[in-house]
Amino acid sequence: MQVTYRTKLWTFDRRITVAQMLKSIKVLPETVLVVRNGTLVTEDQHLELGDSVKVVSVISGG
Amino acid sequence: MRCRTCGALAAINMRHHKLALCATHFPPWLVKQTERAIHNYRMFSHDDHVLVAVSGGKDSLALWDILLRLDYQADGIYVDLGIDGGFGYSQRSKEKVLAFQQTHPDTKLHIVDIAGTYGESIIDAAKRRGRAKEPCSVCGMVKRHEMNRVAVENGYSVLATGHNLDDEAATLFGNVLHWQTRYLARQGPVLAAAGEMLARKAKPFCRIYERETAAYVLLTGLDYIYDECPYSKGATSLRHKATLNQMEHDAPGTKLQFYTKFVQAKKEGLIRSDSEAEREMTYCVQCGRPTMADGLCRFCRLWN
Repeated sequence: MQVTYRTKLWTFDRRITVAQMLKSIKVLPETVLVVRNGTLVTEDQHLELGDSVKVVSVISGG
Repeated sequence: MRCRTCGALAAINMRHHKLALCATHFPPWLVKQTERAIHNYRMFSHDDHVLVAVSGGKDSLALWDILLRLDYQADGIYVDLGIDGGFGYSQRSKEKVLAFQQTHPDTKLHIVDIAGTYGESIIDAAKRRGRAKEPCSVCGMVKRHEMNRVAVENGYSVLATGHNLDDEAATLFGNVLHWQTRYLARQGPVLAAAGEMLARKAKPFCRIYERETAAYVLLTGLDYIYDECPYSKGATSLRHKATLNQMEHDAPGTKLQFYTKFVQAKKEGLIRSDSEAEREMTYCVQCGRPTMADGLCRFCRLWN
């Protein structure tokens, strides 16, 4: 499973939850949304091998 | 996690509300929350002509979209700052706004071209004033001035901005950290008009989390500019947001409590109101708009 966040890419070779994935890449759930295969998912949902996952930043400002 | 309304798989979990909703039921929920804020804070009515400040980002496009869904008379204003940043930031932002407006042909979009009107982009003006490293304050001041000018000159009764709870909490955090009492006096869901030269301002998303407006645009398919302004990197407001988000992670609802308790305290007179602050204002000798400065306002001083 491949996870993209901004310009970075991570590869996971096991089934994990969204919450575990975010903890692993050191991103607070409050600052992002997670899109799995084009669908918005919550932190308790599992990410499967072969999923395409995009972590979308929700923080704007300046 | 399941949607509280229908039991389908949830698309978003809002720990601060102890509420999870699916892709079908979240967007109408957010529309209703926005309507509730407009009513509760008496921001405006369906008789008002609303000018929505749109940047092409998620918050402002979501706001314009929701106000139109709620049948408000809402036009847009886009301020073209002339920022490129190596990827045509302003140009791409404008294209997003124009694309949205074209799907709502009964609305009007005002576009202010800063470089075309005043002879310099916002970045060049900031450099000239020795603010090259901190263009955000110059940019914010210019945007506020121009949005207000267009609202006043075109007879709009209220200027609505897409400031969300995270923006407001971060601003409040900064104002409290530095005890900026003048700014605290001017902060709130609604800023009353001051005479004929300062339009009424409203922030219908002031109780909506940034994460929720982002979910709204993703679920409704609104096309927005994802990239941030290239000059916002390292901005103070982003540091404040990071601190508040860590606190929110540890104690859900922290940001909402922080902001709503402030608004409540102001209502109860524990913090002075904007009307008291207004008495300290004078009027710019060039453009006639209210200012805290003597003589020329900061905007007119920038171009002189």
